[in-house]
Amino acid sequence: MEPVAITLPILIPMLLSLAAWLSRGSAVTSRWLLPAGMATLLGASVWLFLIINVAPGPIRVDFGGWEKPLGISFKADLFAAIMVVVAAVIGFAGSLFAVSEIGRTIWRKGYGTFYFLLLAGINGAFLTNDLFNLFVWFEVMLMASFAMLVLGRRKYVFEGATKYVVINMVSSFFFLSALGLLYGKTGQLNLDEVALRLANSGTDPVILSTAALFLMAFGIKAGVFPLYFWLPPAYPNTGFATAAVFGGLLTKVGVYALFRVFGGAFGFLSDVTGPLFLVVGALTMIAGVLGAASQFHIRRILSFHIVSQIGYIVLGLGLFTQGAFAAAIFYIVHHILVKTNLFLAAGAIAATGRSERLEKLGGLLKSAPLLAFLFLIPALSLGGIPPLSGFFAKFLLLREAFREDAYLYVAIALLVGVVTLFSMIKIWGEAFWKDSPRPGGTEPYRLMQVIPIAMLGAMTITIGFMVEPLFELSERAAAQLIQSNPMYVESTEE
Amino acid sequence: MEVFIAVMVGCLAACGTRMLLQRSLFRVLIGLALLAQAANVLVFTAAGLGRGDAAIIGPRAEMLPEGHPDPLAQALVLTAIVISFGVLAFCLVLLKRTHRRTGDEDVDALAHTES
Repeated sequence: MEPVAITLPILIPMLLSLAAWLSRGSAVTSRWLLPAGMATLLGASVWLFLIINVAPGPIRVDFGGWEKPLGISFKADLFAAIMVVVAAVIGFAGSLFAVSEIGRTIWRKGYGTFYFLLLAGINGAFLTNDLFNLFVWFEVMLMASFAMLVLGRRKYVFEGATKYVVINMVSSFFFLSALGLLYGKTGQLNLDEVALRLANSGTDPVILSTAALFLMAFGIKAGVFPLYFWLPPAYPNTGFATAAVFGGLLTKVGVYALFRVFGGAFGFLSDVTGPLFLVVGALTMIAGVLGAASQFHIRRILSFHIVSQIGYIVLGLGLFTQGAFAAAIFYIVHHILVKTNLFLAAGAIAATGRSERLEKLGGLLKSAPLLAFLFLIPALSLGGIPPLSGFFAKFLLLREAFREDAYLYVAIALLVGVVTLFSMIKIWGEAFWKDSPRPGGTEPYRLMQVIPIAMLGAMTITIGFMVEPLFELSERAAAQLIQSNPMYVESTEE
Repeated sequence: MEVFIAVMVGCLAACGTRMLLQRSLFRVLIGLALLAQAANVLVFTAAGLGRGDAAIIGPRAEMLPEGHPDPLAQALVLTAIVISFGVLAFCLVLLKRTHRRTGDEDVDALAHTES
């Protein structure tokens, strides 16, 4: 049963991508297969989570019966299972929005196929325990995202996509070079085995350069300072459903890889990487939030906020305690839900107000009061207003920073939170509060676009009221993650 | 042998980086191709180069011959070559479309996305 449960989150979207390709000619099937498939994936993901949740530890699957040093193995621990469930939720919400947003011609070109492939790649990256396999899943995910990006067919989509593709190829170069050096040094690519061998090798120069290459590769994908510049051009110039799924999930896969590699196998370098991640996290927060403050295009503002929020999560990695990891996992879940929701809300605003530029929008509070309310939930959560999820995510993270006496970073994080709130209020004031600059320039919003926004908003509120069980879950996930580092296990046994 | 190939990897990566920093989009593409090759050869070399024997079990043999190269690294490189080829092909089409759209090959033609 367990091998099936671990394989299904990858197998379902892969098979459905084939089905979507074969049925892309039919207007109805190609459109509705996507949400139906995503609902199935959500069910399978929840099943996997329920199994892992009661299991005593991580569950491994060796494919083809080849055991650990030789074959490709998958490992589902709590962190991976949580991420798979969240990815399925985002995939489902995005697919509902896509049904109403995406036009017939784009479905016919295979939008559903790439959407499913993207989810397969993301889930593969979450569940694999083999570094080369992680590279392959990254590439699956990237190829699917390249295709989805240009299918968006907006004015500057090719310009944005060029930057995105080129920088991601450079990232792949770093990743592959790191794999080569690591394999040459340890003869292993299985994360558990690598962790064991590295624990004895110490700070060998080859290992250090491997770590630096991994840092560059995952740093580009996660969009940390100073490697985030590809993100704001790419996301605002594609379709809304596409941007929402990308904004929620893609950078977080990079962050997830950072946690897996630098929180696990390379954890013995934490004396070096810890302070580095703290500084990088702080700079990422500041650069992102200042970038957002200078923008007047809704999705450009939101894109810069992805960057700044990544900074908070990287801060959790830099603190390098179990509590900080738990807070970071909680933060990732909160951030994915809220960010996707904001991008979807941006889509609904643009469909209703017929623009994404704040100076052309206005009066939506009168013409679309429900949308105004639904936008406020994720916006205030992102700014960290209690009792929404963002407040608790920030609170738990900063409490841990206080315990570690990182007062400077607490101050920066609080300041960045205030500027984030300012950005959200800017969107609110311009798009909803002020009078419309173009009388009669609004259209009624579509129900199918509001449903996923309401769904994600309800989840944000629910997290706010269920902090304790969810944080307890994050703590167990963080404990499993940190125990994959053999150095840590040794030092606690002594 | 390893030293020679290591120097070659360095040259490939250096040329790739230089091309990547050029203003012309086509040169950027060539830079990416060179970088991808550098990484492939690096993986191939890092696992150690065997000499004289292929990593194939002979017709009447039970095991790989002595001193054989690591077959896993070669399998990894094969996968990586296929992937980099696919991505480069996509990239070529993308650059062609970008060029058709902007009518210019200079990277400044991409500045629309910055505001």
